Amino acid sequence: MRKHWKMISLGLAACLMMTVLAGCGGKKEEGGLAAIKERGKLVVGVKFDTKLFGLKDPSSGNVEGFDIDISKELAKRILGDGSKVEFKEVTSKTRIPMLNNGEIDMVVATMTITEERKKEVDFSDVYFQAGQSLLVKKGSPIRGIEDVTAETKVMSSKGATSVKNIKEKVPGVTVLEFDNYQDAFSALKAGQGDALTTDDAILYGMAAQDPNFEVVGKPFTDEPYGIAFRKGNAELVQAVNDALKAMRESGEYDAIYEKWIGKKPAE
Amino acid sequence: MDFTVLTENMEPFLRGFLNTIWASLLGLAGSFVLGVIIAVFRITRLRPLVWFGTGYVEFFRNIPLLLVVFLFYLGLPSLGVTLSGFAAGTLGLAVYTSAFIAEAIRAGILAVPAGQTEAARSSGLGYVQTMVHVVLPQAIKLVIPPLSNQFINLVKNSSVLSIVAGFDLMYYGDVVATETFDTINTYLFVAMFYLIITLPLSYGSRVLERKLARHD
Amino acid sequence: MDFAGAYSGEFLVFLLDGLWMTLKIALISIVLSFTFGCLIGIVRYARVPVLSPVLAVLVELLRNLPLLLIILFSRFALPDLGLQLGPEGAAIAALTVFEMAMISEVVRGGLNSIPKGQIEAARSSGLSGVQTLRHIVLPQGLRRMVPPLVSQFISLLKDTSLATAIALAELMHNAQIIIGHSYNYAIPVLLLCAVIYFIVNYVLSLLSRRLENKMV
Repeated sequence: MRKHWKMISLGLAACLMMTVLAGCGGKKEEGGLAAIKERGKLVVGVKFDTKLFGLKDPSSGNVEGFDIDISKELAKRILGDGSKVEFKEVTSKTRIPMLNNGEIDMVVATMTITEERKKEVDFSDVYFQAGQSLLVKKGSPIRGIEDVTAETKVMSSKGATSVKNIKEKVPGVTVLEFDNYQDAFSALKAGQGDALTTDDAILYGMAAQDPNFEVVGKPFTDEPYGIAFRKGNAELVQAVNDALKAMRESGEYDAIYEKWIGKKPAE
Repeated sequence: MDFTVLTENMEPFLRGFLNTIWASLLGLAGSFVLGVIIAVFRITRLRPLVWFGTGYVEFFRNIPLLLVVFLFYLGLPSLGVTLSGFAAGTLGLAVYTSAFIAEAIRAGILAVPAGQTEAARSSGLGYVQTMVHVVLPQAIKLVIPPLSNQFINLVKNSSVLSIVAGFDLMYYGDVVATETFDTINTYLFVAMFYLIITLPLSYGSRVLERKLARHD
Repeated sequence: MDFAGAYSGEFLVFLLDGLWMTLKIALISIVLSFTFGCLIGIVRYARVPVLSPVLAVLVELLRNLPLLLIILFSRFALPDLGLQLGPEGAAIAALTVFEMAMISEVVRGGLNSIPKGQIEAARSSGLSGVQTLRHIVLPQGLRRMVPPLVSQFISLLKDTSLATAIALAELMHNAQIIIGHSYNYAIPVLLLCAVIYFIVNYVLSLLSRRLENKMV
């Protein structure tokens, strides 16, 4: 019997330890505009797996895309040098934790402005207008959101708004969530599901990568992208908003847009 | 500890918990059957079977479980067989674990003194009869402690299902963590659910081990 | 399936980059977990009041949790407790903490396997507790620990692949990126990874066998 008591007390001690662990939380404020200027470098969280927005080229090691060029332009306007920017990989799942940890100053990573996220982070003005859509294998019977039923298997990335949206549009639909879009796309190619859903901008990049796949139907949501910051950095948000505005006025924004999206931004 | 994450997401937690138990049981059954077959292959005198068994054990013991699961999840479809994340994960788990189980069983069988086998054979028992009536009953005693250890590993390892959208406890834990932003509490509850399965198992296996040791 | 495309120069270099990261993280974690594992094993063997029972709880908890959960916790939950770790730091911390628990059990088991009579004899012939540990218990215990330790190190190296879940640029993660480029690369790249892991681990186990022979 004594041995049993030992086990039980071990278990209780374990629970106690976990409670203590959970108790000591708390976040801290740091990394405002002044700190960035002093450091002389912007640390930006971008996607490494998203063609057209942020894609790492395995041979050169460079990250390229719309979000990358916007970040460089921000560095130029805030620090006076477009090369003073360091890119760190984020995914839909990791970007808010990494931002709040202070690992990155801002997130420029196909991130939709939502009311829920506004409770966690601050956003800049809209810098790209996307909408959620569907990517399917060519010849698929799914031609748009109206063809998605409760039996359809849809894939996406953990922590993406698209998961929530599709569950609202099609109650009971099976969503397979992966660590990032590249893994979700690999699974779609392996025939593990019927469609991949996220913002059309990302989907067009995937279709460009593999011609066996196409984007179908009209976008069924509005996804205004914003640059995200830790809460309470009003100065930094203002500086970025000013820079975005200046980029639009100088025509720099249109040039970056056209370079990656292939057309002029809609007014 | 803040329990709201748990109470508000009870459904995904429970669904994941049950799927983890289910995957572990299926994995256990599959790996045990495969493990016995491979162990028997390795102790026969038929060279091709020995080679196959040895190759199987060495291959799967030296590559990561995640790789085995990817082979089933991403690899098999290009050969025309598509398995869901749960199926591919569970199958991978069974195949991977069977290599360790085969080794444990083989070690147990080899530990039975050769004199006994010879005595049984010379008293007229066939090879299969000797195995079933003389060797295996004794080997099982030696094999149970390492086997129960493998089962605990199997439960823990079933968490790789989450990487291929296998709807297990870790998968739903991850989903809840990213949706609620309450990472610490979510992961602590996931830990608690795993401990609910693994702690009694390790305790039970230790008691069993002690009992078996006392009988000798 | 496109073997030629998958094995092109730039992809091979990319995979080797991943292997380098795997080896680096595994080696650091092996050194750290071995150090801490030995310390914990010895403290528990020596039954130090307060400290030994606390460590017993810690080891019991860690051993019964999935490593993947510990990895995700280190990366995504620790920062909320004020400890910020990047992918490499989080992987090393998680692997170290988990394997340290496993290794401490190996060490404790090895020490416990030394017959009590020898220790009593050493003590009664005038050796102190520390001297007995250093000259009588450790040399014999270590020899018995080598095989289980090496299989633990092999596990650690394989388990490094789980850090792909926190986007550590190790072998498995880079393989996934290549598969992302074209699905035709899936089987060729996964098979190549299997061969790489197999070779590394097989060499490790051969080395350990030589080490064992030398020690005997």
